[in-house]
Amino acid sequence: MPTYQLNINGEVKSVNADADTPILWILRDELNLVGTKYGCGIAQCGACTIHVDGTSMRSCSLPISSLESNQKITTIEGLDKNAKHPLQEAWIEHDVPQCGYCQAGQIMSAASLLKENNKPTDKDIDNAMQGNICRCGTYLRIKKAIKTASKNM
Amino acid sequence: MANLKQHNRRNFLKGTAIAGGGLVLGFNWAGCKGDPSLPLRVMKAIPTEWIDFNAFLKIGETGLVTIMSPNPEIGQNIKTSMPMIVAEELDVDFFDVVVEQAGLNTEWYTRQVAGGSQSIRKGWESLRKAGATARHMLVEAAAKRWNVDAKDLTTSKGIITNATGETLTYGELAKEASTIDVPENPTLKDPKDFKIIGKSQKNVDVEKIITGQPLFGIDTVKKGMVYGSVLRPPAFGSTLVGYDDTKAKAVNGVIDVIKFGEKVGVIASNTWAAMKGKKALVAEWKLGEKVEDTKYHNELLSSHLSKKAKEARRTDGDVDKALSGADEIFEKSYAAPFLPHNCLEPMNCYAEVTDKKAYVLGPIQTPEWQLSNLSEQLEMDKENITIELTRMGGGFGRRLYGDFVAEVAELSKLSKKPVQLLFTREDDMTAGTYRPASQYRFKVGLKDGKIDAYHLTEACFNGKMFGQMPSNFPCGAVENYRVDSHKLESNISTGAWRAPYANFLAYAEQAFFDELAAHLKKDPVTFRIEMLERAKNNPTGENLSYDPERLIGVIKLAAEKANWGQKEEGKYKGFCAYYSHNTYVAEVGHVSMKDGSPFVDKITCAVDCGIVVNPKAALNQIEGGIIDGIGHAMYGDFEFIEGASQFNNFHQYRLIKMPEAPEINVHFVESNIDPTGLGEPTLPPAGGAVANAMAAATGKRMYSQPFVKHFDVKG
Repeated sequence: MPTYQLNINGEVKSVNADADTPILWILRDELNLVGTKYGCGIAQCGACTIHVDGTSMRSCSLPISSLESNQKITTIEGLDKNAKHPLQEAWIEHDVPQCGYCQAGQIMSAASLLKENNKPTDKDIDNAMQGNICRCGTYLRIKKAIKTASKNM
Repeated sequence: MANLKQHNRRNFLKGTAIAGGGLVLGFNWAGCKGDPSLPLRVMKAIPTEWIDFNAFLKIGETGLVTIMSPNPEIGQNIKTSMPMIVAEELDVDFFDVVVEQAGLNTEWYTRQVAGGSQSIRKGWESLRKAGATARHMLVEAAAKRWNVDAKDLTTSKGIITNATGETLTYGELAKEASTIDVPENPTLKDPKDFKIIGKSQKNVDVEKIITGQPLFGIDTVKKGMVYGSVLRPPAFGSTLVGYDDTKAKAVNGVIDVIKFGEKVGVIASNTWAAMKGKKALVAEWKLGEKVEDTKYHNELLSSHLSKKAKEARRTDGDVDKALSGADEIFEKSYAAPFLPHNCLEPMNCYAEVTDKKAYVLGPIQTPEWQLSNLSEQLEMDKENITIELTRMGGGFGRRLYGDFVAEVAELSKLSKKPVQLLFTREDDMTAGTYRPASQYRFKVGLKDGKIDAYHLTEACFNGKMFGQMPSNFPCGAVENYRVDSHKLESNISTGAWRAPYANFLAYAEQAFFDELAAHLKKDPVTFRIEMLERAKNNPTGENLSYDPERLIGVIKLAAEKANWGQKEEGKYKGFCAYYSHNTYVAEVGHVSMKDGSPFVDKITCAVDCGIVVNPKAALNQIEGGIIDGIGHAMYGDFEFIEGASQFNNFHQYRLIKMPEAPEINVHFVESNIDPTGLGEPTLPPAGGAVANAMAAATGKRMYSQPFVKHFDVKG
């Protein structure tokens, strides 16, 4: 099994894995970073969203071999050192989650949106977030929380 | 939900001290963030000793209170709202409360189930009593210490004050209080004095959720654990002939391949290897004599709509006679497909089974039922089986069933290893416990412009509407009334799906009423209210399932808030009202045309659920129920060919997404009636509100779901 060097949340990790192993399972099973969730395995639900060099990616469909060791991976655990990213604070203010399972992926997609466009319109938010399924239907709160975070950034 | 059992004194007051060091669960960060004008509060220190008062609560010497949440948390937020009820009567600040998820404990709790939107309704009294009992004992202890009458003492925020202004904290008194006799009927608060109930409290797990901490079944990691994946029959009605596991065993990380029943399990050192190993299995299956497809299902259902059942579910008057004497018959039928649940967290569970003991941890909605199943399956006494609960990534009915619990227990038993089983999304969608396909026919006899006969016929697979449902509206409002149910057999596994039966019946009935009102040239709101007035003032028959007055209440409120009757160019409205799971809901759908297709802009919703325990969370449930209801009415479709599901993942199965979620305006009926649940009741009326608004916009009536098949609906 090959060895890979990964930069995850600012730390360099060394992992032995088959080349086709999705980053999702490296995070969850090898590195015990379980905030990134499995939902579909085919990049259709967004529960596994992480950032690679600041851009949101679906980690369930990203083989470990496709990443360079200098690429920076950020997961929900590393989004903000003190868990005070404006989105996390807005998520608390609006009490967004129901079951909570999709929310890490929602926040990571939203963080990527706000990084590119810190004053998104409703339409911008819809477009950026339409790949993230919330089976409980908390979409309205997610949208409100993104707007609140946008104001506070 | 957990009713407080009658404990003998020793049991009720275990009086054990539990070291506080290990306490890490569920800290309530209320007040830490948000309003900058509030001083930052620091939580009370973790006590060195916890004093148990009863099955629901323990108090530490620092005044910190632990409240157990006995029922499974599937996203309905009872892990916050049930402890709020205990804290209210205990009279503490919710900021000083730590919530812990209780494991299955049949001695301490009853009805440790999440289902039917019943947790709050059935738990209400016992949760209040649990808090009030402890409060009473604390006050008695203070009275003893001060040598005064307990009547002269007051409590607030965990502090007891006497007539001279001296104070004692609950923490200081906890030990003494635990020796006081347990009162049988402690005094409960007048609802007007509630300080916690009715004020929004944030989800006790929200910080963990937004920082990605382990909470869910899928996050379980235990020492020595292996990962399991299971290959199941590809079609309902097929059996395993044989399999070749050579390639599976060659996958890096695969430890073993184990056959059990008609299934083949792969265990591996990580999830990916288990999934790859399963994919590499080469299995041969044989189709049984009975394999079903969607065409067969639909034809069988519709062929029963014109038949009477052997025995009616409810009969008032004489429907046949009234129909034969009617001026006119008005009749429509409606059809619904099977539906998978698609919890975003796929089915999973952890088990460690040895010859003597079994430990199971996972997202289980019915722990007591699974305990019985496991005891039978493993031939093991119940006392040797422990079941603990994780937070669940959605339920919607799917996790009521224990197929995944049985599978992981078997895999652990056979492999002699602790196993974490995970369904892939494909497993989850194709080996489901589906909402059964169903059809309904409504046949009304009109006499002098009024409904003289109402005949509802249900045809459904593996089940029929339950309990009091045949006595729902319009029962009581029609002189001659009859409900027939046909329960037909299918080998597709079926089960409860959020708001069972009501999830489709509400749309069918309310779409029918809308069309009937139009046929009679009546306003749909006036039409409903007239019928309900009849049910209220002069009901036909007895034992209606609902209170007509409360249904009228939500109908009037929704109509008022939606400006019903006011027309606006290019905007169309549809009305729907439905009573389910003990809660009254009316919804108005607001639709406009977008690129030639109807689009849902807004839902106005009125709810009567009695006392609203946690308003912000209640609104979340209401919004979620409506969005879920719209999503499945619009897009939810499923098909079987030769027993095999034709959809296996989200690229084929469309769930509602953010751009399709409409604005939602919610209005509560103010009430001091004991609370009822909200996990389900706003879902059923959503489909009807949308269908009726779309009919207003397009003139087109829909008689089946999903609606997307009737329009070129754009997202």
